[in-house]
Amino acid sequence: MPESAAVRVPAAPGPDTSGPAAPGRRPRPSPGTSEKGRRRGPSPRVRLLVVGGAVVVAALCFLFLFVKGSFDFAIERRLTLVGAMVVAAFAQGVGTVVFQTVTHNRILTPSLMGFDAVYTLMQTLMVFFFGGTVLAATDGLAKLVVQTVLMVAFTTVLFRWLFSGPTGNLHVLLLAGVVLGVAFESLSLFLQRMLAPADYDVLSARLFGRLGSVGAEHLPFAFAVCAAAGLYLWRRRHRLDVLLLGRDAATGLGLNHRGELTGALIVVSLMVAMSTALVGPMTFFGFTAALLAYQFSGTHRHAVVLPMAFLMGLLTLLVGQFTMEHIVYASGMLTTVIEFLGGVVFLAYLLKKGTL
Amino acid sequence: MIEFRDLVKSYGDRTVLGPVSGRIEEGGITSLIGPNGAGKSTLLTLLGRLAAPTSGTVLLDGTDVHRTPSAEMARRLAILRQDNHFTARVTVRELVAFGRFPHSRGRLTAEDHEHIDRALGFLDLGDLAGRYLDQLSGGQRQRAYVAMVLAQDTRYALLDEPLNNLDIKHAVRMMEQLRSAADELNKTVVLVVHDINIAAGYSDHIIALRDGAIVANGTPAELMDPDLLTRIFDTPVQVHEVDGRPLAVHHR
Ligand SMILES: Nc1ncnc2c1ncn2[C@@H]1O[C@H](COP(=O)(O)OP(=O)(O)OP(=O)(O)O)[C@@H](O)[C@H]1O
Ligand SMILES: [Mg+2]
Repeated sequence: MPESAAVRVPAAPGPDTSGPAAPGRRPRPSPGTSEKGRRRGPSPRVRLLVVGGAVVVAALCFLFLFVKGSFDFAIERRLTLVGAMVVAAFAQGVGTVVFQTVTHNRILTPSLMGFDAVYTLMQTLMVFFFGGTVLAATDGLAKLVVQTVLMVAFTTVLFRWLFSGPTGNLHVLLLAGVVLGVAFESLSLFLQRMLAPADYDVLSARLFGRLGSVGAEHLPFAFAVCAAAGLYLWRRRHRLDVLLLGRDAATGLGLNHRGELTGALIVVSLMVAMSTALVGPMTFFGFTAALLAYQFSGTHRHAVVLPMAFLMGLLTLLVGQFTMEHIVYASGMLTTVIEFLGGVVFLAYLLKKGTL
Repeated sequence: MIEFRDLVKSYGDRTVLGPVSGRIEEGGITSLIGPNGAGKSTLLTLLGRLAAPTSGTVLLDGTDVHRTPSAEMARRLAILRQDNHFTARVTVRELVAFGRFPHSRGRLTAEDHEHIDRALGFLDLGDLAGRYLDQLSGGQRQRAYVAMVLAQDTRYALLDEPLNNLDIKHAVRMMEQLRSAADELNKTVVLVVHDINIAAGYSDHIIALRDGAIVANGTPAELMDPDLLTRIFDTPVQVHEVDGRPLAVHHR
């Protein structure tokens, strides 16, 4: 008897689900279509290992190649830079994926939601009231913490306010974030017009990402925040998967949707605020890291996508900085270039997709 | 047993359901019928705690579904909404595996895989298990959603128009499966169905809604009354006996 006779065996408990189904269970794949949908390519674990390996190689190259002058000095400077990259990649990459998961969109990112605008406004206000020298004079852990707390407070108040309303609609929340962001930007711009030229110069240097000028003494705090946020999110990785299904399905499967959403948004706020306070705004970087992670993970599972977003972000920064430093000799321009390329990718994605 | 008391659902000052009261006995299939906009989905989502009632309570085996922690509820009651569009790009098998989340919290055991395989087999999805949802036809996707609910393996299952998009073979097959789940595993199934004859053929109990109120409630034999059906649906309906079963005819 040919095996195509539709025998519906109540399938034996297969221990492995991610691999391809046993060949005997598919009588006749209709030409082309059935095979197409099957997951192809390397398993998520292999993909993570490959990208992780690439990150390690890139980091080693960046640290040890083309050392001129004092070895110790160069390595120390570069290690600090890699530390800042780790923080930015983790906060922006992981933060963006989680944000996009709980808001069910792949376009808007925490940075676009007003974080950068709040940061810009804070810096502008400081310069406006205290003059250009204040920025450098007050740099320190205390300022970093205060800025982080202020930004988290702002977004938490925004979320609480929007969620306690009768609608509780994410689109309203996103719209409000964008509109408030624009309002803050305009206010900043207005204040900047009234600054003395010298103050303005100092300020504008602050408003670009500045990976290179991060002080090593701030990194332990930043690592601690990332580690705590990472632990929280890692323990919730399966819940994040379920949240992908949307509010009703997630509730049906036993999640407290509102609670999970609020928790995730607060953690994302914390990470992104800290990263913005530390290295300055990087509006499109998180978007780029997340997009690369979705493309290369080959699965929706956060156990893979979250580490992948971090690795992809870090790889982008490492390769970018290496190129800028040793090939085009413009080492200070990295964040500008990444913002530009990220912005182009963002626009291209938006145009291709055509909707939110 | 699901017992609902004085349930009301309003949007703004427009009341779309209630107050309605009633009970759904344990074991067996209960179908909700009624015209579009009657409030069937509204009632089902209130019973399944996906929406909060404006007033009234829903008790499932004595506990208030809206006050019990969602995680505990998810092991006792599963619900499928009328419209599902999941943005996540997942395969059929991954979707069905989500149904095990209330039990496994994401770490699938051998027992979970058994449930997943059984649910896939029940709905004839074995060959499609590796396909992504966006590569399926409407009916295939509908079967995948129902498989996810079956994999959740709860005593109570609420399904809003599970026959949506299904061909006659799969519609009949699904009803047979639900029937055997009710008879052999003593599950309680609540369905919204538009085909009166399917409702009458497979249900133990039928609740008819219209304009947000329960207008009839009884066994299929009691409901298959031409005058009653004509009134509920605002359309002339005749009931003929075919092979000893009542058959509603409402078009030529
Ligand atoms: N979010 C909402 N806001 C306002 N009115 C709503 C909302 N959801 C449903 N309604 C209204 O409630 C009434 C009942 O809707 P419901 O979805 O329960 O109908 P139904 O019986 O399931 O109909 P169908 O057979 O078309 O699925 C309808 O008149 C509908 O317009
Ligand atoms: Mg409905």
